[in-house]
Amino acid sequence: MSNMVNLTINGIAVSVEEGKTILEAAEKLHIKIPTLCYHKDLCVAGNCRVCVVEQVGNNKLVASCAMPVSEGMEINTNTLKVRNCRKHIIELLLTEHNEECTKCYRNGHCELQELSAEYQITNQDFIDLVPDKNYTVDRISPALEKDDSKCIRCQRCVRTCAEIQSVGAIAVAHKGSEMKISTVFDRALDEVVCTNCGQCIVHCPTGALTEKSYVEKVWDAIADPDTHVVVQTAPAVRIGLGEELGLGAGTRVTGKMVSALRRLGFDSVLDTDFTADLTIMEEGTELLTRLKRALVEDDPDVALPMATSCSPGWVKYIEHKYPEYLPNLSTCKSPQQMFGALAKTYYAKNIGVEPQNIISVSIMPCTAKKYEANRPEMKDSGYKDVDYVLTTRELAVMIRQAGIEFEKLSDENYDSIMGTGSGAGIIFGATGGVMEAALRTAYEIITGREVPFENLEILPVRGLEGVKEASIKIEGTVADWNFLEGVELKCAITNGLENAHRLMDDIKNGERFYHFVEIMACPGGCLGGGGQPYPVDDEVRMKRMEAIYAEDCELPIRKSHENPEIVQIYKDFLEEPLSHKSHKLLHTSYVKREQY
Amino acid sequence: MDFQEKLVHDLVAKHGTDRESLLPILQGVIDQERYLSEEAILKIAKEMSIPAADVYGTATFYSFLDTDLRGKYVIRVCKTITCAMKGKNQIIQAIENFLKIKVGETTVDKKFTILQTNCLGWCHKAPAMLVNDDVYTELTEESVVDILREYREEN
Amino acid sequence: MTTTKKHLHRIDLIFKNEQDCKEILRNALARSNQEVINEMVNSGLKGRGGAGFPTGLKWKLTAEQKDKEKYVICNADEGEPGTFKDREILTRVPHKVLSGMAVCAQIIGSKKGYIYLRGEYRFLVPNLKKELRKFHDILDELGLDFRVEIFMGSGAYICGEESALFESMEGKRGEPRNKPPFPTEIGYMNKPTVINNVETLAHSYTILKYGAKKFRELGVKDSRGSKVFSVSGDTPIPGIYELELGMTVQDFVDDFGDGDTKAVQVGGASGFLVPRKRFGKTTIGYQGKLTGISLPTGGSMMIFNSSRSMYNVLNNYLDFFEEESCGQCTPCRVGCQQLLKGIKAVKRGEKPASYLDHLLKLTDTMKLTAKCGLGQSVANSFSSIVENFREEMIY
Repeated sequence: MSNMVNLTINGIAVSVEEGKTILEAAEKLHIKIPTLCYHKDLCVAGNCRVCVVEQVGNNKLVASCAMPVSEGMEINTNTLKVRNCRKHIIELLLTEHNEECTKCYRNGHCELQELSAEYQITNQDFIDLVPDKNYTVDRISPALEKDDSKCIRCQRCVRTCAEIQSVGAIAVAHKGSEMKISTVFDRALDEVVCTNCGQCIVHCPTGALTEKSYVEKVWDAIADPDTHVVVQTAPAVRIGLGEELGLGAGTRVTGKMVSALRRLGFDSVLDTDFTADLTIMEEGTELLTRLKRALVEDDPDVALPMATSCSPGWVKYIEHKYPEYLPNLSTCKSPQQMFGALAKTYYAKNIGVEPQNIISVSIMPCTAKKYEANRPEMKDSGYKDVDYVLTTRELAVMIRQAGIEFEKLSDENYDSIMGTGSGAGIIFGATGGVMEAALRTAYEIITGREVPFENLEILPVRGLEGVKEASIKIEGTVADWNFLEGVELKCAITNGLENAHRLMDDIKNGERFYHFVEIMACPGGCLGGGGQPYPVDDEVRMKRMEAIYAEDCELPIRKSHENPEIVQIYKDFLEEPLSHKSHKLLHTSYVKREQY
Repeated sequence: MDFQEKLVHDLVAKHGTDRESLLPILQGVIDQERYLSEEAILKIAKEMSIPAADVYGTATFYSFLDTDLRGKYVIRVCKTITCAMKGKNQIIQAIENFLKIKVGETTVDKKFTILQTNCLGWCHKAPAMLVNDDVYTELTEESVVDILREYREEN
Repeated sequence: MTTTKKHLHRIDLIFKNEQDCKEILRNALARSNQEVINEMVNSGLKGRGGAGFPTGLKWKLTAEQKDKEKYVICNADEGEPGTFKDREILTRVPHKVLSGMAVCAQIIGSKKGYIYLRGEYRFLVPNLKKELRKFHDILDELGLDFRVEIFMGSGAYICGEESALFESMEGKRGEPRNKPPFPTEIGYMNKPTVINNVETLAHSYTILKYGAKKFRELGVKDSRGSKVFSVSGDTPIPGIYELELGMTVQDFVDDFGDGDTKAVQVGGASGFLVPRKRFGKTTIGYQGKLTGISLPTGGSMMIFNSSRSMYNVLNNYLDFFEEESCGQCTPCRVGCQQLLKGIKAVKRGEKPASYLDHLLKLTDTMKLTAKCGLGQSVANSFSSIVENFREEMIY
């Protein structure tokens, strides 16, 4: 056990482990100290200075987020001196900040706004610095917007991009009054190594980084009587939407969400879980084919490990940073794009609507999906496969605008076809989920038996840990898959691109070998995506994760290959996994991009 | 391999790819090219495996690591208090008149750039300026023109 | 008008032409580390960069660290407006600085030293390299495993702040770190590091040569020894002077002023402005007041005569800080902009004179909450100028 340190905060004694900060000690006493640059996911910066407190015997105030506790320390968090200084600091931040709150995308969801309300900054005496700043707004990317006039230079985005994502698309540039958050030579985010993951957005305290909103476009489509608007909802949206609408992290709202989407006026409410199941069929078969080539045919060109391709942030990351591994990436499109390609072919034909009259909308926990939908490759239906991508947050905006009392809605079911998903589809929303879903199906195909885990729960692949490993020894294979008898299938799962970076380096250096790796760009997987509610930390992610697995548990069908709509689409349309038609609609290719 | 590529490559070979080598490498490029172009920053980022934004962010922190185009001779006139008291404005005026450009600008022949800088550490011999690394002190409107004329005429 | 000039006692220790590094080093090596540390502690030498931390204690704390790798860094990022003594020391007696570094390295157990030289002083490099070669030969002769390298800065005042300097040497933006931990525990490359100002190291040579006792004889209580002053501004004799600590500003003005001195800026832009009425009551030295106020300084003494506008002086300082703030912490980055814009607004009549009081309160906040010494010390010159020359700020 580590040493305990005794101190008092506001006269109350507290004992915390050595190395903890004053802020953490205060948290233990339920004393709230305001913070801006501090974030539990990130290393300590200590630069906003909002969290300053008074330490008896120290003639300066100290930043509670950065100051470790020491024995006998006496801290006061609410003295006149502290309050006056904090108020000054908030006022100073406001003078550099575009204060047009009512015109701000994050109006009502801004930590600076909240803090200035708390400190009642009603009359600002300091000089407004904004008019003299040459602030720029970058609206070029189809996924993200960066508005420097809203930036408070807390550097949470910079630390996120570097520490959690290992991308480094943005950094602190210049100094003094000119200091700003910038890409290389202030290029547009769309023109640098940015993966559009949106983690900077969920870590930004203000409206400086936001998603590009397509809410108005979607309202327009819904209002157009000649358009059939179809909507798909990703697995993680149903466990995030309730949180965004004030119901608490981990609230499951699938039925209410479907009901709300119908009330918003979507013509058909369908489920991305369906194409998640389809991904398992295609990607699972692709994996088995690769294994066969490697193990039976001794094909030296087969690329292993095969890596998942559902996460568009990860896809863009590997295109930039590990282009030599592009052959390892599964050729499967993500569930969103599979859905898009089918919506304007299979679905259109089935309901008898001309594809040009269909607008396909997806609700995603993700901002990179906005980018993905705009990739030039994603037009295999002959049209733009997915027209508009909204985040979980944007859907909440629409629900509020429509005056829907979300909490009071009754549960409704998805439409059909393409509205049925299995439990395996739903767990795509959590890190490890794709792996678990794939194993549930692949193991059964190979052996004719269910995966040897109680209640189908493959626990080693679950959880928030950065890199997880699992291996399954394949025994008792059926005739077709004899070549896998005795093979130990090695898998790895990572979440967050920094972890992906570590894993890829290990693979590259030959330190680790796997057959199959699941990589998700965001911490926790899609449930912690850049389009999900903020604020977020591991505690929140854990609650969302529990909700995902609870949802899986309750579904009657928990394996992708048993989804009746999947059986049907292969029978009626696709024929078999990796068929010619599948290749045309459900698979894609990748491009090598600039590395820095 | 073009000149710049070779320059960056050689500098990285000399100093190594550790992050601690970044400043010497940036300084090495400045020595040759007087400023860090977008291409140079990207090359350094690639050779050192540091995100380009980070290289740019680091460079822009230092006033001698310019990222805007600079002439062969960068004139930095000290603008801090003692030099300001001892007539740096007149010195700048004289330079501007002589080179026919304003502070912050570069001559068309890319030979000179005029900048102002913070304290050079020659307060007892103010006003002072740097031309690249060379120091000139106790400047007068006449002496500064003589100095620059020599630079201009040299080949 | 004729005046009889009183002259302050000129000390000749730092710049004295002494070429006995080898003996100094040999003698120091012959003594135990503890003895040398005691000598340094007893001398009362405090950091000559301006902050005034006891040098002996710094060496001692670093020596106590168990790490195998440690560093000695000479801070030659002399950027404080009005300071130029380190340049002179490195030009004239670099071997004394190097000797101080080598002895320190021996005591703390370091094999590697650096001189962080500001980009503005790059012209010093050829000569310094020559000196380094000679010095390394001496180290080899004495069997000392220690090497010194020059690391060039690139134009950033804040890199004179020790933790910003480490960041800079590590190839990053020179942004000050959170403290604690202090460099004695976690410094350059996260290793225990002694970082001393150029002049401090040169004084250590004097102490090692003549003993702590002789050094202590100079100066006054809490401010022992001599100090190299950089004298500039309205003076007939600008330049470098080694003087005893403890003099009053009046003594200084009598010696160096032009007969019309209105104010003296002690300690550069981050120091204090002393108006004429306080000349007699203000001494130059570290805290531990004798009579009146005692001002520490890195040695910058800028003299202003009655022709100077204190508004212009302050404006110039604030311009400097607004640019040279690293920009990471709110009170310093935004505070400097507000102070600069604020005094201009008052001068132009866009803000009432009472706005100056509002700004004074802001400097209190900056002093209390800024992350490093830069932001904390902007208050010094601002308040001492605004409080003493309020009319000049308004009209």
